[in-house]
Amino acid sequence: MSDIIDILTSAGLWAAVLRIATPLILGTLGALLCERAGVLNLGIEGVMTFGAMIGWFAVWNGADLWTGLLIAALSGMLFGLLHSGLTVTLGLSQHVSGLGVTLFASSFSYYLFRLLVPVEGTPPKIIPFQPIRIPGLADLPFLGEVFTQTAPTWVAIGLALLLAFVLFRTPLGLAIRMTGENPHAAEAQGINPMLVRYGAVIFGSALMAMGGAFLTLSAFDSFIPTMVQGRGWICIALVVFASWRPGRALAGALLFAFFDAFQLRLQNVIGGVVPYQIFLMAPFLLSILALVVMARRTRVPQALMQPYRRGER
Amino acid sequence: MRFERREQVSPILALVTPLIAVAVALLLAGVLIALAGAPVFEAYGRILTGAFGSRLAATETLARAAPLILTGLAAAVAFRARLWNIGAEGQLYLGAIAAAAASALLFGNLPGLIQIPLLFVIGAVAGMILLLIPLWLRLKFQVDEVVTTLLLNFVALLFVSMLIDTVLKDPMAFGWPQSLPVSPEAELPKIIPRSRLHIGLGVAVVLAFVVYFIQTRTAFGLQSRAAGLNPSGAAFAGVPLGRTLVLVAMMSGGLAGLAGAVEVMGVTSYVTTELSPGYGYSGIVVAMLAGLSPLGVVLAALFTATMFVGADAMSRSMGVPSYIADVTVALSLLSMLVAIFFTQYRIRK
Repeated sequence: MSDIIDILTSAGLWAAVLRIATPLILGTLGALLCERAGVLNLGIEGVMTFGAMIGWFAVWNGADLWTGLLIAALSGMLFGLLHSGLTVTLGLSQHVSGLGVTLFASSFSYYLFRLLVPVEGTPPKIIPFQPIRIPGLADLPFLGEVFTQTAPTWVAIGLALLLAFVLFRTPLGLAIRMTGENPHAAEAQGINPMLVRYGAVIFGSALMAMGGAFLTLSAFDSFIPTMVQGRGWICIALVVFASWRPGRALAGALLFAFFDAFQLRLQNVIGGVVPYQIFLMAPFLLSILALVVMARRTRVPQALMQPYRRGER
Repeated sequence: MRFERREQVSPILALVTPLIAVAVALLLAGVLIALAGAPVFEAYGRILTGAFGSRLAATETLARAAPLILTGLAAAVAFRARLWNIGAEGQLYLGAIAAAAASALLFGNLPGLIQIPLLFVIGAVAGMILLLIPLWLRLKFQVDEVVTTLLLNFVALLFVSMLIDTVLKDPMAFGWPQSLPVSPEAELPKIIPRSRLHIGLGVAVVLAFVVYFIQTRTAFGLQSRAAGLNPSGAAFAGVPLGRTLVLVAMMSGGLAGLAGAVEVMGVTSYVTTELSPGYGYSGIVVAMLAGLSPLGVVLAALFTATMFVGADAMSRSMGVPSYIADVTVALSLLSMLVAIFFTQYRIRK
């Protein structure tokens, strides 16, 4: 018991929560934006993988870290364009298209990585984003350590607030939400639902790719195939848990990251007794639990997964 | 430019659609092969000879097709009824570990004629159980099964990893995490001696015909298709939706679980966490390429197996990463989706 209190009161735990949450925040915001406009984007797992690979590769090739992040975002946009072409213009099944994008994006990133980076014993490394000491704050006991984070973490939190503002306080946000609820009504208001969906999926996918790039540019310093490890699917579950609201997505990702950081430390304490796989299962089981708890309490965007064709009902 | 629904889908067009899709995928993958600095046509030649150039290669390709037919059928059966089972990978692993455990701990002494069918059933039941959980969550709590089946893949793989690290660990494996082997009686007989081609392929092909028969000739088959095409209409016409979906899930999960049992009994004889190179996910592509037709699944699985076995051989001799097979298979899924669209719609100015 005292072990658990030790874990909970260590600044290291809370610093890890923010770090672990960052890719989840970005991925969840991306998926949320797509779904608010009515498009489920199961390409997320592959887009995150590709973002992680291409962002890392750019930096390894001499680009600076922010350029790497930007290139990752641009690659996400291209996959977003692919997914919206399939699901918006052609109106294909969003489930199958998304899975297709994931299969393609992840195998394509492994292929390119093998092709571009010579095989060595240990994967090559870059110098990742360094934690920023905020003057004044960084000198405080406990809080100083917790809030000494790398820049992309602050960007992710800022983007959550920005997305909340755009969705609920601007005409653009209204157009996005309307397209996700009732594209026919949106069109009657002079909004082009196709265009809104394209935009939401393209920018949402950019956020997903940035979430992946955080793994290689900040949390870690090299690219390892399969390193995304289901985070994309967890983000899809977090969107439901967050009832499609950016603020709650931020909170959900933090809560999730808390459990993850906690279980990592708990492994050191009781790891000898309980197999480590139990701990690794926890995030996936928690996601399923979150879905079960929220599924009936929340309102899904009404036009989610419904293709929109002009003049067709 | 707009799209107009065709009044009827020409059967010839529907038949050549997968061929066009595969051709487009091969064309695009050719660009990537050229990017690797390899001559494209020669590379494709090497893929073909790598997959069928020798007796060994051909039997290897056919052996690789067996689990792909089963996971392809699992996806095809479920997708027909709009049950989005993306969890075949996890179901496969659970089926494999269940069969291995049952053989190693309980039924190892039974003669093959009894033990092999028994282990098939045990593997299938394990797969069924893993799919019935997300189906129950969908029917009871309206939780989308796409996400839950995806998440359960990770849970299942970790569960298997835990078992082969602890209670089912083979003490003779020099500390490697691998399961106890199935008993020699449970090893599937070979179709061709001294090769890896086992009777699992025959089982898979027979099951493709069984599924075809069920879907086209039984009331349940009709109901499951109706449930997929128009759930509310089907319910109105008296189709018991819940019961139909449960039966569909049992078929789909069972086929995926059987794929795992067949793989462990026919090829590896023990379970590791590398048992499947993504057969569950490739099964989705196989099903889509087949247009969800059970007999088409056999051909689509053969194509996919050819790509995987052939690309391995090609990559060793030409320096093109073998991931080209995964890329080509994923591209053929995407181009198949587009191709299906154009069998149903035409472009109008």
